[in-house]
This record gives sequence, structure tokens and C-alpha cells, in this order.
Amino acid sequence: MTTYREAIRTALRRLLLEDSRVFLMGEDVGRYGGAYAVSKGLLEEFGEDRIRDTPLCESTFVGAGIGAALGGMRPIVEVMTVNFSMLALDQVVNNAAVMRHMSGGQFEVPIAVRMATGAGKQIAAQHSHSLENWYAYIPGIKVLAPATVQDAHDMLLAAVEDPDPVFIFEHQMLYGIEGPFDPKATPSSPWQAAVRHPGSDVSLIAYGGSVHKAMTAAEELEKERISAEVIDLRSLRPLDRPAIISSVSRTHRAVVIDEAWKTGSLASEISATLAEEAFYELDAPIARVCTREVPIPYAKHLEDAALPQVPAIIEAAKRSLGNG
Amino acid sequence: MSIDISRDDALDLLSQMLRIRRLEEESAELYSQQKIRGFLHLYIGEEAVGVGAMRALRDDDNVVATYREHGHALVRGIPAGEIMAEMYGKANGCSGGRGGSMHLFSLERRFYGGHAIVGGGLPIAVGLALADKMKGESRVTACFFGDGATDEGEFHEALNLAALWKLPVLFLCENNRYAMGTAFDRHVSDDDIVNNPPAYGVHSETVDGMDVVAVERVVHNAAESVRETGEPRFVELRTYRFRAHSMYDAELYRSKAEVEEWKKLDPIEQLKERALGATLITGADIETIEQEVAREIEEAVQFAEEGEWESIDDLARHTYARDLS
Ligand SMILES: Cc1ncc(C[n+]2csc(CCOP(=O)(O)OP(=O)(O)O)c2C)c(N)n1
Ligand SMILES: [Mg+2]
Repeated sequence: MTTYREAIRTALRRLLLEDSRVFLMGEDVGRYGGAYAVSKGLLEEFGEDRIRDTPLCESTFVGAGIGAALGGMRPIVEVMTVNFSMLALDQVVNNAAVMRHMSGGQFEVPIAVRMATGAGKQIAAQHSHSLENWYAYIPGIKVLAPATVQDAHDMLLAAVEDPDPVFIFEHQMLYGIEGPFDPKATPSSPWQAAVRHPGSDVSLIAYGGSVHKAMTAAEELEKERISAEVIDLRSLRPLDRPAIISSVSRTHRAVVIDEAWKTGSLASEISATLAEEAFYELDAPIARVCTREVPIPYAKHLEDAALPQVPAIIEAAKRSLGNG
Repeated sequence: MSIDISRDDALDLLSQMLRIRRLEEESAELYSQQKIRGFLHLYIGEEAVGVGAMRALRDDDNVVATYREHGHALVRGIPAGEIMAEMYGKANGCSGGRGGSMHLFSLERRFYGGHAIVGGGLPIAVGLALADKMKGESRVTACFFGDGATDEGEFHEALNLAALWKLPVLFLCENNRYAMGTAFDRHVSDDDIVNNPPAYGVHSETVDGMDVVAVERVVHNAAESVRETGEPRFVELRTYRFRAHSMYDAELYRSKAEVEEWKKLDPIEQLKERALGATLITGADIETIEQEVAREIEEAVQFAEEGEWESIDDLARHTYARDLS
């Protein structure tokens, strides 16, 4: 068993060892060891040239990553959390995402950007939001959300290998989780959704931190003889629409779990996809379990109440089966 | 004023500046015929900056520019026809018709665009220089931007990062006294932008951007210093745009008299006068250049006219390396 954070570090080490074009930069990735201790020890092993502590200038160090990628490097940029990545959004939307297209295919930006996302640590409204749907909205970039230890490793390898800009959202509650990990396993394509728990009565569609809540809900439902299928989206752009449609075509019921606010969320996008492309497969209205539309509060009971929780998932699943 | 250059240099400087001027005059004309659409920002009046600076760089250097970059692209070696075709939106344009006037690109010429988010190109230039430093290349990344860009946080962040990490970036500020309609003293707190970079430990100097010979000399020295030391430098090029900000601008923010004053410093006329005065060139030389340039522009327009439109079937091309749908 390995932790999620160790799996990312294993991938970072492998990339740094195997490819001299790879380097890591971001705030406190070096001496401090990373805000979430992901890169601990890497500065000592690889030196200041390849493990770069940046000043606090999200826009410019993400932009410099884009420039370095244009210049033939394979930068891995760590932005502490998605909340701070807003300062770099211009570089993402107006540079990374459009460079290939705007230049008629002459230039490409093979950058990997990692950042923490999500709530659950009582760090309130400026450190807890889930904004990965903003990124998933943008053509020209790709977005991954590893939910498992193995994916935390494999997706970073895939992101660095990819010729397009890839953004990886690591839920901050996952860094400490332990799970099975084989660093030598042949990675599955990160662009496809995975069935984490097969079932036949209802599909629980989730990504990132919410996958674990969906798994717990599925286990609880099983005790009541309700067979729930858990779909881990894994890639948020491109979305694996065929996998979503195929699961719902088996179960005929869908509950979408998303730690974003409901309005304009990825849960909305998935629901719309099902309504457009699997309408006649549905035996019940689609349900969305999302975060309440408030800034995430500090107090534990309020934070818990704001976020999607297992009981709400169970209730939504039962409601879709007509026994809620 | 005397002039200390060779006849060949005088002819080349004049010819390069005239290529820009005539290409842009033609573009304005084609804009009124609606052959060129969208935004069109002319560089007329500022040619000495692009020509002097570009001649000071080596072919292997990197260039990052703004949306006012037809001149830079042309002098850098992107063929006039490909620039014109890009403005037409044709598939044979230098960005395949996807960029337009503001987004000229060339991999071959290491021309990293045409950027239309003010200040957005500066971090890119820092990253290109970082890549070169890490690979041990002795290349300079020249980054052009306007006075308006110095208001942006990215300008200050980029200077700080380039200085902190000792990156070979040559910051070239084209100070034409206006950011759209906002005069320099109404958008910058200090009256002198050269005072700013030293706060980050970056060497900073100013040059008369209407004097192409001075621009080339100063930028050449700055570029070679960046190459030698691997450290960034800043040069302010004082210039003026004779035309509107873009084709939509009624120019309510400045007087005709002010524009006329600056036109007396026309970089092309200045160079002609000095080179003729020093008997480096003759009236016949100018005539010949004008004819050559006219022919080049005519051929460029023809190239654009004859270009194909990209098929709509290929709309999604170049969004990703491989089609995702
Ligand atoms: C971030 C951003 N803000 C505003 C604009 C709109 N805009 C386009 S050009 C311009 C003025 C820029 O002036 P300057 O940098 O001096 O360049 P110049 O046009 O004078 O060459 C503005 C405000 C923009 N393109 N990008
Ligand atoms: Mg200006």
C-alpha cells in the first residue's frame, strides 16, 4: 500500500530521471517540499535547476512554463491550489489553450500543471473551492482528476508525455489515502472512465474526491440489495461520454456526484449529455448531488453540510429507484 | 545629424522600413475594401523600432511580439505574401488563417507570435529564455511590448523572475506614448519607465525610437550583453504611432497638431535625409527601393488573393495534437 502523495512523487522521480527536459517548478516545491509534501526530497536529489522554487507570481510562472514548453522543455508546474490558479487563468485560457490553433499548428505546449482542489479541511472560502469545471470548459487543454493512488501516478506520466497542455486536479483530501500501487503496471489510458464498482440498478457518476464517497454509498446500498455502479470519470476533458451512456444504458438511472456548485457544473454537463443522448434509456429523472451554493464555510458542521455527503448520495439513488 | 554607417546598411535600413510602411498602407486600403477584417493595428511611424531591433538580433534568437507586429514579422523574414494571406484569413497565411493580423507566427523564423493580451507575451518570453538556459543555448529571447503593458502585473513579475533566475530576455518596450487612448502620463505613475527595471536589478536604458541607426546600435549592444551575461536587459524605445490605435479609433484623445509635430520626426524621412546628406545614397536609389517594394507588395496581395480558404471540414484541426472527438 502506498499513499497518493507518494505515488505522485514516484512518478515525478521517474520523469526527472528518464527525461532531461523535465523539471518541476512552483511555489515551495523545493526547500519546503511542496505545500502538500508531494515533492519532499526532490530538491536534494535533483538540484535547484530542476526543482525550482518560484516567486509568488502564478501568472508568470505558469506563463513561463508555457514558454519553456514552447522552447522544447517538458515542464511540470505545481500551483498550490486551484484557488490561486485564478491568477494564472489568463495564461491558461489565452496562451496554453490556443497556441497550437492560433499558430496554424506550428507551435505546441506540452506542459503539465498540477494543483490541489476541493474542500474538507476547514480552510474556508479562499482555499476550498472546486473550479475544475472552469478548466474542463476550455478546448485546447485536457483535464484529469485522479481518484486513486495508481491514477495519481499514471496520470502524471501520461500528462508529461502528452503533446497538449494537461491540467491535473488532485483533491486535497486524497494526498494521505493509501491504496494498491504498482509503479511498473502498464497504465490504462487516462482519457477513459473506469467502472470502480459494477452494478445494475443505478449509476453513480463521480470524479476525484467524490469517487470515494460514491464507493461508500454503493457499499451501503448493497446492504439494502441495491446494486449501484460507480463510474470514475478520470478525465474531465475530454469527457468519456460513451462510458457514461453505456453505464446508464445498463442501469437506466443516474446520480451525478460533483463537489462543484450545481449551477453550471460538470454534473450539469453530464446530465445534459444523458438527456440528449440517452433519454430513452432513463427510467427516472437524473439526480445531481452537488455542493450547496454558498462559499465553503469554516465551521466543520457548516462545511460538512455544504458538501455532497454519502447520505445524500444514498437518498438520491433510492429516490431514482422510486423508494426514496 | 551625421551618420556613421555603410551604403549597404543605409539601403537595407531604408528598404526594410519602406517595406513595412507600404505593406501597412496597402493593408489599410484593403481593410477599407473589407478584404481584411477584424482588428488591424498599424505600426506606421514606429518602423525604426522594429527594423533596428530586428537587425540587431541573430536568426537563431527568439522573438515574442504584440498584436502590432506586421513589421516585426516582415523584417524577421516571414514572407509578405504569407503575412497578407494571414490578414485575408487564407489557408496559405503564416498561421493558416486562424490567427489574423494580431497572431502572426513562424516556427522557422522562431517568431513566437503575435500576442493580443496586453502583457501576456512577457511570461512566455521568460519561459523561452528559461528553456534556453536549461539547455545551455546562447540564444536571446527578444520580447516586444507597449508602454501599456508596463501597467500590467505580468510586466513586473516577468522582470523579477528573469532577474532572479538570470534569464537571457531582452525586454523591448515600444513606448509610443499611448495605450489606446490613454496617454503615458495618465497610465504610468513615474514619468520615466526606465526607472522601473533597476528596481528589479535589471539594466535599463532609453533610445530615440525614431532613429533607426541608434535603435540598431543600442539594441545590438543590449542583445550581445544579454547573450554574454545570460542576464536580462531592458530597452525603452521612444516612438510614436502616426495612425489610429486600430481601424476603429476616432482619435479623440490627441490633437492633430501633436501628431503633425511627431510626423516631422518620421524615421523614414530622417534616414533618407541623413543618408542623402552624407551622399551614402542617391535619389535614384530611393526610386529603385520604392519600385522593388511596390512589386513585393503587389505580389503579396496576389498571393493572398489566390490563396485557398481552409475547408470548414478542418475547423477543429490544430485544437489538439490528435482530434479528440
Ligand atoms: C489584458 C488586456 N487588456 C486590455 C486590452 C485592450 N487593449 C488592446 S491594445 C491596448 C493598449 C495597449 O497599449 P500599449 O501596450 O502601449 O501598446 P500599443 O497599442 O500602443 O502598441 C488595450 C488597452 C487587451 N488587449 N488586453
Ligand atoms: Mg503604446
